[in-house]
Amino acid sequence: MNHALLASTEFVPPTTKDFSKWFEEGNWWLGPWQVGPFEFGLNFIYFLVLMALATYLLFFFFAFRKPKVVPGKLQLVAEMGMDFVKENTAMSMIGPRGVAYLGLLSALFFWILAGNIYEIIPGVNFSMNSRLAFPTVVALVAYFAYHAAGIRQHGFFGYLKHSLILPGVPPLLLPLMFLIEFITVFITRPLTLAVRLFANMVAGHFLLSVFFLGTVGMLFSGKVLLMAFSPFAGALAIALVGFELFVAGLQAFIFAVLTASYIGQSIAEDH
Amino acid sequence: MRFALGIIAALSDEGLKAIGKGLVYGLAAIGPGIGIGVLMGKSVEAMARQPEYAGQVRGIMFIGIGLIEALALFGFVLSFII
Repeated sequence: MNHALLASTEFVPPTTKDFSKWFEEGNWWLGPWQVGPFEFGLNFIYFLVLMALATYLLFFFFAFRKPKVVPGKLQLVAEMGMDFVKENTAMSMIGPRGVAYLGLLSALFFWILAGNIYEIIPGVNFSMNSRLAFPTVVALVAYFAYHAAGIRQHGFFGYLKHSLILPGVPPLLLPLMFLIEFITVFITRPLTLAVRLFANMVAGHFLLSVFFLGTVGMLFSGKVLLMAFSPFAGALAIALVGFELFVAGLQAFIFAVLTASYIGQSIAEDH
Repeated sequence: MRFALGIIAALSDEGLKAIGKGLVYGLAAIGPGIGIGVLMGKSVEAMARQPEYAGQVRGIMFIGIGLIEALALFGFVLSFII
């Protein structure tokens, strides 16, 4: 959230500039340094990535540092999370063979959750996943994972045949179905994975910004009617924080579950 | 007709762009809205008929919501791009 806007009392609606301003001149905390074609440096977004990484690593380090038979509080939470991912993605989408992919799926789930959760942490209020680059990287991991799983199961040409040519399709329809399946498997799946996560986080940020900034703007507008309604906007804003917490978990879960279902379709023996 | 053309001629490029953005998101939300409605209705029906399978149905329901939601979100993202 734009803190300069919070300090001023005039309501300025949030725009897409909120998401790109950190890459402009003067908004870098360190750097940027030019290394070949890439720019490296530290700004708010990269700081958030480091924060998410620290959250993720420290949580599992302290949860599983000394695993006990009777788990402590933190270990219990981590075990429940792992069990949730195992039951709901690996087992239900792939079946018993899916336990082999539990590492990938739980890493995806907890990494995305660690990134998303910063959207509602007071004082940060920004998710790294509302920059398209980071969901794209995670979607590419899922993309390569389900292709690799399919190729390992069926061989390269076997996998292409398995995923592109559906059995029981009339020969006349085959070219059309081939085209549709090709676009689905190789283009829309990773695209929708990345864009779904990205757009949800952007929309959530806009929603929270509008309600919180609107509450402040209405409260200090000096008009009696607007001031009377601002507590309701504030109450709804607080309820929406809960909703965004739900969305953050749901998006992480949907990402993991869809990856699992794509892997399951890749390694299935028959349709 | 002439009246409508007159209004369109009076609009600036900026105004037309704003109308386009609104239309993109609004139209993109119609189909997924119907889809999520049907999906949720059927899920509730299934859960009411077979309460013992409620957990399983809920899991599949969330996957469906995720798949449908992507279409509406494409419209949301496109409205910022244009």
